[in-house]
Amino acid sequence: MGFWNQLNTEFMARYLPWYVDAAKLTVTIAFWGILFSLAVGLVCSVIRYYRVPVLHRIVAVYIELSRNTPLLVQLFFLYFGLPKLGIVLSAESCAIIGLTFLGGSYMAESLRSGLESIEKSQIESAQSLGMGQMLMMKEVIFPQALAISVPGVCANMIFLIKETSVVSGIALADLMYVTKDLIGLYYETDEALLMLVIAYLIILLPVSILASILERRLRYAGFGN
Amino acid sequence: MLDSGISVLFLGRNFLRLLEGLWVTMRISLVAVILSIPLGILFGMFMTLKNPLTRAVSRVYLEFIRIMPQLVLLFIAYFGVTRAFGWNLSAELSAVIVFTLWGTAEMGDLVRGALISIPKHQYDSAAALGMSKVQTFGLIIVPQTMRRLIPLTINLTTRMIKTTSLVVLIGITEVLKVGKQIIDANRFDYPTAALWVYGVIFGLYFLACWPISSLAKKLEQRWR
Amino acid sequence: MDETIQLQAAGLKKKFGAETVLNGIDLDVHKGEVVVVLGPSGCGKSTLLRCMNGLEAPTEGSIRLDGETITSGGRNITKQRQRIGMVFQSYDLFPHKNILDNITLAPVKVQKRSKAEVEQQAEKLLKRVGLWEKRKAYPRELSGGQKQRVAIVRALCMNPEVMLFDEVTAALDPEMVREVLDVMLELAQQGLTMVIVTHEMQFARAIADRIIFLDGGVIVEEAEPEQFFTNPQTQRAKDFLQTFTYEKRKTS
Repeated sequence: MGFWNQLNTEFMARYLPWYVDAAKLTVTIAFWGILFSLAVGLVCSVIRYYRVPVLHRIVAVYIELSRNTPLLVQLFFLYFGLPKLGIVLSAESCAIIGLTFLGGSYMAESLRSGLESIEKSQIESAQSLGMGQMLMMKEVIFPQALAISVPGVCANMIFLIKETSVVSGIALADLMYVTKDLIGLYYETDEALLMLVIAYLIILLPVSILASILERRLRYAGFGN
Repeated sequence: MLDSGISVLFLGRNFLRLLEGLWVTMRISLVAVILSIPLGILFGMFMTLKNPLTRAVSRVYLEFIRIMPQLVLLFIAYFGVTRAFGWNLSAELSAVIVFTLWGTAEMGDLVRGALISIPKHQYDSAAALGMSKVQTFGLIIVPQTMRRLIPLTINLTTRMIKTTSLVVLIGITEVLKVGKQIIDANRFDYPTAALWVYGVIFGLYFLACWPISSLAKKLEQRWR
Repeated sequence: MDETIQLQAAGLKKKFGAETVLNGIDLDVHKGEVVVVLGPSGCGKSTLLRCMNGLEAPTEGSIRLDGETITSGGRNITKQRQRIGMVFQSYDLFPHKNILDNITLAPVKVQKRSKAEVEQQAEKLLKRVGLWEKRKAYPRELSGGQKQRVAIVRALCMNPEVMLFDEVTAALDPEMVREVLDVMLELAQQGLTMVIVTHEMQFARAIADRIIFLDGGVIVEEAEPEQFFTNPQTQRAKDFLQTFTYEKRKTS
């Protein structure tokens, strides 16, 4: 095919290291962003589930703010706006904080729907066995809720990895940034874009395949009574 | 000084310009959503066909669109297609094309999900009542899928609005870009402008998306 | 059965909003006694049991276990619940744990007993209900009747002083009802104090020391089983029993 023959492989080989570095940055930001999102999401989902007074209203406001604004706008505010308040953060920190601000609410909603899917009768039978709140949480509610949340949590992870592509907007040298750079500098558009797509496939395909395997396994081994 | 920064918004046409900038992305979202809905419905029905070939084609399309960050798609359309085919797509047109392709894939998947969620016995009992295929579809299946689809479609609109904010990265002058221009122009008079301008843009997006997603949530709860 | 009152409801009232479900119940359950609560659906039988285990807080009156008041949400509630076992209509085994873990979880974690000792007891009990082979299975792999027998074992393994059974056969296929009821009969013979809500009339007649007939949130009739089933004193009890008999269709 013409397209493949015309590719400048020498160019691609020369700039491969750029992509490797950029991919590392993308993965690093995604990794920390997802990890913190899970932590924030877990705390928020428990607060929402138990309707902790005051806090659950704050969490509700946070979730609405986070879900109804684009990450790019959140990042611009963090990176360009906050320094005017004397809060200066590195671009990486902004990216991770921004991703956590966004992802926390998505994780919270997935985890909460898992918690809420636990039937009341499960809780009552645990109570009738004399279990206290903490033990019940640890042994009965969480293990079941997490299993139910897995598909949602996986989908959020993929979503967050994809969302990292906007960090080029605050001048982080991620995959998008490098691609744009190469296109601007050398006009080797096809090569740059091809490497971009391949890089994202290499990052995202395994996660996506793993997610669907996990989801299928959970469905078949499902606890369904 | 914080109190001086906010006044930059009321300088001249600044606030109006921000709103105009927001309208640029809104316009792209709106066009993309309006195109995506009918195309997505067709695509969704296409995906339920049992033919292995159509299944494979639609699967690949759906998976590729979904696994790629929307910004990558935008780059491909804006930088790649221009060169490969020699078409000179404007940034805004490439954005409309990309978001329509994305919206069609998402909408198609929603439609497919809604269609296959109707249990088989609904078809069976309609048939048992002597309904024709068309009657079954029009009287039984479509009304049930609508209740699921409408909230999800409204949600797609807010996702679209949020996602179109990306177009600033292919050089379209929209609200973030206008914001930057305002900040740059007033760098010396209003050093804290960035905080206020980006804060206001954050607020504007929230005001644009929140009512829509709240509506979707309400409908979803009512129609469950 | 001796004369010690083990579980007692005194002036028990329960309202859900404007609706009064229990309207003044006085009931003494003696040690070793088997009390069967009968009544039409919605008469408050299940609510009575749920109050006895502190799952519902009484609106008025009280439940006492050995003279000690059970307060839903109170400090001692988990302690008290360990002394009262309860089995539900929907079994409610923990789906993510295998049968043995379902049974040993609470004795080990709540009562802090040694795992070896609990497992020994679980083995004995599981063998008695014929499910020892299933100890490594997960609840989803068991039939309804098997699950319910495990649920009974799970409650028994806490060594409760009283057992509450809330329509435990109502969700079962007819051919599985027997296996569950047999287990309960055996428990009754061993002198366990039991309060049973059921719709199985023959079973009630066989197992009960005393029948409580509940209607409209009050105890309408209280009698020994033979007396209740052959010669009910109140019209409401007569009407209730009537619904369980079918007369042969007249062919003319």
